[in-house]
Amino acid sequence: MADTATFSPSRRFVIAAIGVGTAGFAVGCDTRTAAAAGPVTLTSLGDYVRVGSDNTITVYLRHIEFGQGVSTGLTTIVAEEIDADWSQMRFEHSPADNAKYGNAAFGGMMGTGGSTAIFSSWGQLRAAGASAREMLRQAAAKKFGVDASEVLLVKGKAEAGGKSATYGELAVEASAITPPDPATLKYKDASAYAFIGKERDAATGYGRLDTPDKVHAKAQYALDYHVEGALTALLTRSPKFGGKVASFDATEAKAVAGVTDVVQISNGVAVLATNFWAAKKGRDALKITWDDSAAEKRSTDAIIADYKKALAKPGMEARKEGAGVAGLTGAGEVITADFEFPSLVHAPMEPLNCTITYKPGESCTIHSGSQMPTGDQAAACSVLGLKPEQVVITTLLAGGSFGRRATPDADLVSEAAQIAKVIEGKAPVKLMWTREDDIRSGKYRPMAVHRMTARINNGAIEAWGDRTAIQSIMEGTPFLPPGAPDFSSIEGSNDIAYAIPNISVDVHLVKSPVSVLWWRSVGHTHTAYAKEHFFDVAARKAGKDPVELRRALLAKDPRQLGVLNLAIEKAGPVPAGKTRGVAVHHSFSSYVAEVADVTVNADGTFHVDRVVCAVDCGIVINPDIVRSQMEGGIGYGLSAILGEALTIKDGAPVQTNFYDYNVLRMAQMPKIEVHIVPSTEPPTGVGEPGVPPIGPAVANALLASTGKTYSKLPLGLKA
Amino acid sequence: MKLTINGKDQEYTGEEDRPLLWYLREDLKMTGTKFGCGVAACGACTVLVDGQPTRACVTPAASLEGKKITTIEGLDTPAGKAVQTAWAELDVVQCGWCQSGQMLAATALLTATPKPSEQQITDGMTSNICRCATYHRIRGAVARASEIIG
Repeated sequence: MADTATFSPSRRFVIAAIGVGTAGFAVGCDTRTAAAAGPVTLTSLGDYVRVGSDNTITVYLRHIEFGQGVSTGLTTIVAEEIDADWSQMRFEHSPADNAKYGNAAFGGMMGTGGSTAIFSSWGQLRAAGASAREMLRQAAAKKFGVDASEVLLVKGKAEAGGKSATYGELAVEASAITPPDPATLKYKDASAYAFIGKERDAATGYGRLDTPDKVHAKAQYALDYHVEGALTALLTRSPKFGGKVASFDATEAKAVAGVTDVVQISNGVAVLATNFWAAKKGRDALKITWDDSAAEKRSTDAIIADYKKALAKPGMEARKEGAGVAGLTGAGEVITADFEFPSLVHAPMEPLNCTITYKPGESCTIHSGSQMPTGDQAAACSVLGLKPEQVVITTLLAGGSFGRRATPDADLVSEAAQIAKVIEGKAPVKLMWTREDDIRSGKYRPMAVHRMTARINNGAIEAWGDRTAIQSIMEGTPFLPPGAPDFSSIEGSNDIAYAIPNISVDVHLVKSPVSVLWWRSVGHTHTAYAKEHFFDVAARKAGKDPVELRRALLAKDPRQLGVLNLAIEKAGPVPAGKTRGVAVHHSFSSYVAEVADVTVNADGTFHVDRVVCAVDCGIVINPDIVRSQMEGGIGYGLSAILGEALTIKDGAPVQTNFYDYNVLRMAQMPKIEVHIVPSTEPPTGVGEPGVPPIGPAVANALLASTGKTYSKLPLGLKA
Repeated sequence: MKLTINGKDQEYTGEEDRPLLWYLREDLKMTGTKFGCGVAACGACTVLVDGQPTRACVTPAASLEGKKITTIEGLDTPAGKAVQTAWAELDVVQCGWCQSGQMLAATALLTATPKPSEQQITDGMTSNICRCATYHRIRGAVARASEIIG
């Protein structure tokens, strides 16, 4: 039996009562499928769910809430099995602790990403909820003097023999009950679900848990965190990627009222001040000379040209079917096109920031919207010479991320810790990134070129070639063992599901000082576009209807076929005067098809009017959040293919802020309909899979109208 | 100088050029108004100045003497309340960071145009960026708020 004292719940939950049992809870598992299907290690029930004597039930999230809805989705799983009243449910972000909160899909490291939250937690949180329920049942049986089998648990109350008690009233007694043997746990039948799969409901109060606080400005995000006496820090980083500080003159910066310190750290010079405006003025006044000897000096065009040079030769093999690359020569006609993808910025609406309070040799606390808390903790330990137990990470809500807050090098926390170290912890430091810092400081979706080739013979695609040149996201990170193929560069290419007899997928991993990172849907951001748009190009060349050819070549993939057929059925006939494109893609274990109806105007401009989306993500925990993630994914993907590009000139970014880094606005947003395939498969992710199909669906619509191949992104304003 | 924020008088003694956004967030600890771009390009910091949507990130606090400033914390007009109710009913929010600005912009739109057409909703809201792309629901919520206002 474990105590709960080692866990530090917020003050509201000091009287947490359920939270016992170190007995290794069922079996461990480390594959995505198993994590979704069965119970996993629960080191201590109280680390996952607590019933307070105040009758609240708190679920501890090891995944950060940054808009994707985990605070509702994960809580729903527990609420269902524990038989709660929805008004009891609360959520808190868990502390940084791999042993308790590691993500099986991340090799046991804590982290949010890869659309893994629901499927990596499903088994675990069901078990936690069901265990807590049985402990409450036993406690009620004792209290009422009846057999446990007579106790009825409904909406947060236990009832038997005319007696009744709330879960809160039973919490203390329940904490003394031995948790049940996980093998004996019984789960609710889906037909009895009160929350899972249900819509928002005024009668039960069921709905997004984070909505009320966000609508009434009560939600606390990292940037809203305030600690008395904190200094605001702004850091000047190298304008060119790979540049280093040669020297700097802080005289004018220090003359700005409110500026307290100017300090150099590994990647730049930070100005600290009593408030943001002073820090900004101080930073503007800073004079730095940069050493660009190791910096990137090329411009985007030259980098793309280098990529294309690499593409002349075979790369690392990622998939071979039939004759592979040799199949691309032979009877019929060979078509080829180079698809060029720009660097993309995540640009979450809340710029990166964290607040660090450091006591040299003693402790450090970090308040941050942390997507990989234990990685951030390790970075702080490394910089400050502290042990993990001396570094407390408090995860607060984040205003979006799209991958940006999950950095293998913990860039944000590492910078903040370095600054705190230089000033020897004399004051807490709030390190802020401005939007300019966000746009210009790297960690982009890497630019990529796909050389697509197909051999068409007798009305069929007989061979398919997809060769990519891209900078690797994973190389050099703990997520990729040395020598292992970088799956993030080829996902979506190498698992092409079309039954084409000869397939060759290979990849060149290109080096550059420009820093890169996973961007919502990662490799699928470019692989889906290349695959699905080139498929339409090839199908038309073969004289086939692209949708019919998809159906024929996906005959053995019922789930891709399922979403394709559902989306097309729901989309109905093509409206008069519009052009239509369709794409289907499998990513993060979910399946999504999107149908885009587009108006091409006489002047060549176009507008995406309507998108019909079908998604198969297994068992649906919350259908409205599935819809919202599809809507948002479509918008995020459309934003990129219509207007986003971070270009580089002489090694430095060209774009600066939202006035020249063009993101989607309401005027460009189509109407969206989302349809969900009913399923009894284990639940899979929805944060990312809505993104990949929208680009090719739109490009295919334009292709249907103009006959052109849209091989260079962003598409811009004209078809 | 005196600023009127959500009906309450505040004495501003800061620098001439310091934007209202930082006065609200840092001095008054009213963090519902968000920082998004600092250059009036995204709308996350939108507040109402005498009912007009205004970018707090580029508007010096010192320029607002005698003006009535409304932030998300003081959105208690019929239109403002209807907007918040509609936003909750439709579960518009995802990350939520831009939504204070969106709701202020919607309130200004509905105060001036209680029954907006689809095009008027788009025109009134298109300068507020949402990276979660909740635009689809924002459209619906503005229409719903219009119904609630009656």
